[in-house]
Amino acid sequence: MDGMMTAIRVIPLEHYIVLSFILFSIGMAGALFRRNTIIILMCLELMFNSVNLLLAAFSAHHSDPGGQVFVFFIMLVAAAEVTVGLAILVMMKRNVDSVDINQLNRLKW
Amino acid sequence: MLYLFYLFAVISVLSALMVVAARSPVNSVISLIVCFLSIAGHYILLNAQFLAAVHIIVYTGAIMVLFLFVIMLLNLNKITEPSKTLTTRIAAVTAGALFLFTLLGALRQGVQITAAKEFDGSTGLVKSVGQSLFSEFLLPFEMSSVLFLSAIIGAVMLGRKDRTPREDAPTHPAPVERRTKKIPA
Repeated sequence: MDGMMTAIRVIPLEHYIVLSFILFSIGMAGALFRRNTIIILMCLELMFNSVNLLLAAFSAHHSDPGGQVFVFFIMLVAAAEVTVGLAILVMMKRNVDSVDINQLNRLKW
Repeated sequence: MLYLFYLFAVISVLSALMVVAARSPVNSVISLIVCFLSIAGHYILLNAQFLAAVHIIVYTGAIMVLFLFVIMLLNLNKITEPSKTLTTRIAAVTAGALFLFTLLGALRQGVQITAAKEFDGSTGLVKSVGQSLFSEFLLPFEMSSVLFLSAIIGAVMLGRKDRTPREDAPTHPAPVERRTKKIPA
């Protein structure tokens, strides 16, 4: 328990910032990289998590629990978003028989 | 402590790369679970115990199981996996790398961050987070239940089978009439 207290002071805040930047960039590149809709949803989750990590790090650094409550709310929104997104995915598979995001191009022009 | 941080950081970055690079969607889900578990380790290092528990329960327990369930339901595998052209892939990787360099450049120019409050060891514990959640953020907490209700209704509406038949849908044979016994009056 005491070790945990010192851990926040030992690890610099910049480390967490850089880590969350890297995770966010991987998530963004992945959303552009893949065509499978379910993988794109997973990359969105990855970006959510990098932001959550940043919020939690700042919250611990500033000793303010408000940031961690915010992370809690982001988790709630992510859960709701995934539910609806996967329902859309199942509907898409049923209607066009594919999970390829390029199939959904009727609103393009 | 710093070594633990580096260990979790390397695990999370490598598994995040595996999510993007894996050919099979099931492998992607498994590596995303590993990534989430290592992020939970980061939360524990930050002394955010409540967040670590909720993260494991919500993400690894609920969301990723939902992903796995849908992948199994839709029978996705390597063969059905669509792939992008090489040009698009190079463009995607370049865009991600440039974005990362922009963020890191902004960080180098950034201001010195000083702690707003005096260090408090009990910040991430259940007690302090709960007190903040149920006093300061009570209204958003109640509103999130409305959000969940609408998400449930939306998922049910979307997942429901379409009643209007399509033109190219195979016509089902007429339902066999049930023989009903006449009940004497």
